[in-house]
Amino acid sequence: MLSKVAERMYWFSRYIERAENTARMVGVYDNLLFDLPRSINISWFNLVVINSSEDVFNARYTVRDEKNVVKLLLADSTNPNSMTSSLLMARENVRTSRDVLPLPLWELINELCMYVSEHIRDGINRTNRHGFLDNVIKGCQQINGLLADNMSKDAAWQFIRLGRNLERADMASRILDAGITAQLSSTDIEQDLDPSQIIWGNVLRSCDGAMNYRRTMRVTVEGSRVCQFLLHDKHFPRSISFCAEQIEAAISLLPTCEIEELAKLKALLAEDPGNLDETFSDYLNDLQLSFANLHMQFGQCWFALV
Amino acid sequence: MSIDWTEYSTGNFYDELIADDCTPREPATRLVNYLASLSTAEINKRKEMAESTIQEMGVSFTVYTDEGNIDRAWPFDIIPRTISASHWEKTARGLKQRLKALNMFINDLYHDQEIIRDGIIPAEIVLKSKNFRPECVGVTPPYGVWANICGTDLVRDLDGQFYVLEDNLRVPSGVSYMIENREITKRVLPELFSNDSILPVNNYPAHLFDMLASLSPRDISQPEIVVLTPGIFNSAYFEHAFLAQQMGAELVEGSDLVVEDDDCVYMKTISGLERVDVIYRRIDDEFLDPETFREDSMLGVPGLMRAWKAGNVALANAPGAGVADDKVVYAYVPDIIRYYLKEEPLLPNVETFLCSDPEQREYVLQNLDKLVVKPANESGGYGMLVGPHSTKKEQEQFAELISKHPRNYIAQPTLSLSTAPTLCGSTPEPRHLDLRPFILQGKNLFVTTGGLTRVAMKKGSLVVNSSQGGGSKDTWIVEEKR
Repeated sequence: MLSKVAERMYWFSRYIERAENTARMVGVYDNLLFDLPRSINISWFNLVVINSSEDVFNARYTVRDEKNVVKLLLADSTNPNSMTSSLLMARENVRTSRDVLPLPLWELINELCMYVSEHIRDGINRTNRHGFLDNVIKGCQQINGLLADNMSKDAAWQFIRLGRNLERADMASRILDAGITAQLSSTDIEQDLDPSQIIWGNVLRSCDGAMNYRRTMRVTVEGSRVCQFLLHDKHFPRSISFCAEQIEAAISLLPTCEIEELAKLKALLAEDPGNLDETFSDYLNDLQLSFANLHMQFGQCWFALV
Repeated sequence: MSIDWTEYSTGNFYDELIADDCTPREPATRLVNYLASLSTAEINKRKEMAESTIQEMGVSFTVYTDEGNIDRAWPFDIIPRTISASHWEKTARGLKQRLKALNMFINDLYHDQEIIRDGIIPAEIVLKSKNFRPECVGVTPPYGVWANICGTDLVRDLDGQFYVLEDNLRVPSGVSYMIENREITKRVLPELFSNDSILPVNNYPAHLFDMLASLSPRDISQPEIVVLTPGIFNSAYFEHAFLAQQMGAELVEGSDLVVEDDDCVYMKTISGLERVDVIYRRIDDEFLDPETFREDSMLGVPGLMRAWKAGNVALANAPGAGVADDKVVYAYVPDIIRYYLKEEPLLPNVETFLCSDPEQREYVLQNLDKLVVKPANESGGYGMLVGPHSTKKEQEQFAELISKHPRNYIAQPTLSLSTAPTLCGSTPEPRHLDLRPFILQGKNLFVTTGGLTRVAMKKGSLVVNSSQGGGSKDTWIVEEKR
């Protein structure tokens, strides 16, 4: 398959994954912030931090309130990581690769982009936000479902798998990082309510993993176990180890290429991340660096023009 | 309220669906009666359904404006245009005959030029055409066929007869819209497809694929076929992607291809370089190969002509095929058919006067107020004169131009293009249209079932181009009841 098409498949799936994750996180925050005591330091701005979009935010807005954060994350066309931008980029990649993708995919992504552009106000205002985000998530899942059922599991599919799982693992590490930060900044609150339940429940829901956690871990929501679950669970599709395995499997099915970073990532995942403090933050940072290296090596290996 | 066909006035034109006495023509009977059975509300609903289908299907074309390129939804009228199968069968034979002769003509021009030696066509007319490519002399593409894909524009005159308006032998476009129009109509008027008297159109990509595969220089079971597009900013990009997808071919841009020292073409893939056998190119000759043609071309592939001349890759259409795509050559097509095939042309040309001929020139100069004068090849660039709509001063200017450069001009009578009912609001009104069937020639010949019908949406207008307010209709070839 053409290098250029391979790269488009990879980016297409990253963008779809990013759009879905963004929609889910905004939805989770929306739910969560209703019933939080003011003293707990979780603000909408955390979402901007998780997405590493502080610079884009500061260039456009001054007030760090819900409206601005949600606008930046969902609608802002100047933010390359916003949900709308991600979907449009995904659409553009499909548009230029229609020859390797199932026919109905183009209609699905087109419909989704049209829906978002027509209803984006529903996402920004609170009244209909839940339904709107739900529809976007469903739209993304519909696309993934079509591909799972309908797409030949050829090289194009492997690149889709690479993109999706790398994006997913990267996002999980960011969400964990946000959990640690929130935990550390709210330990000295003198209150009956234990914030860690709320923080870590939120982390799980942001990864769509609350129910899986309960079924697998069979314990109450607690920081170190949530981290263990999202780092290492063998069966949960959004755990970082699961994503790493998917990446490894996809690489093994593609034309031979030395992705040296893969061994480093596996070694890193075998390490003990340590206590839930700054050391854990550093560990997550190392993981993110490893993801960035993987991304770079994919490019050198398969996408770079000969 | 519903459509009242007795209110429909065909005026002084041949209407495709409705005869002068307001009754439907035979192939349109079911359609016309069905439309009359729908309420105005229902008609409007179907129109809306068509619009949303087009949006969902993402059928679009690109319009160039000062603000940049805009992707516009494809303008579409829901009332199909019908042609009887027996009439179409005759027309299709004429189209095949025409392309076969044109290809023999092109091949002759790049070899022995017998047609010139035999005095059928003057040498200067073809050899000075800017589309004659000296670089192609002596090359013999597979089967001696140069124009593998041809889009021929047909119009129907007052007498109900199809005339050929022009042959597009370079990179004709529009075939994907023909197929999409049918998809839309099937969703919008499903009731009419319940019996099988409307012939299908979706077999084109399979025929295109077979034709392209028949050109492969390597005798292998799965030749590598690619569609070469100038890229996403080309107005026909939608079609390039559509055809690649339908054929299961790779859609490539010039930067994806490379010609190596062995004069073979390769594409850059995730496993390294892979040999390419057939290129369906949607790039004009001048941009194909910066080594041979325009040096500044960023769209082409350096060395492509080398590979083609060495017979290591097939190009469809072959470079230089455009030499027969010229208004002066057009006038000679009936003679070309007689010369190579020893047959009478089955499809008439529109009467054409060559200003290079003294007698014909005299006639043109006497009748400038009635004729359409066109530059013979685009390099003239003097624009054209539509006699009945022109001023005395314009006619005088053209008289002078024609006298000075007679070879640069041809003239044709103004045609009465046929019409078909087209929804304006919820009422059908007659609008002018043409028809572009597509003809394939490789090892075999193939003609699409019907073609792309383009319609001028403005009252009285003859301009059917989508970039200038034209729309399109589904085209039904209807089998008669036995």
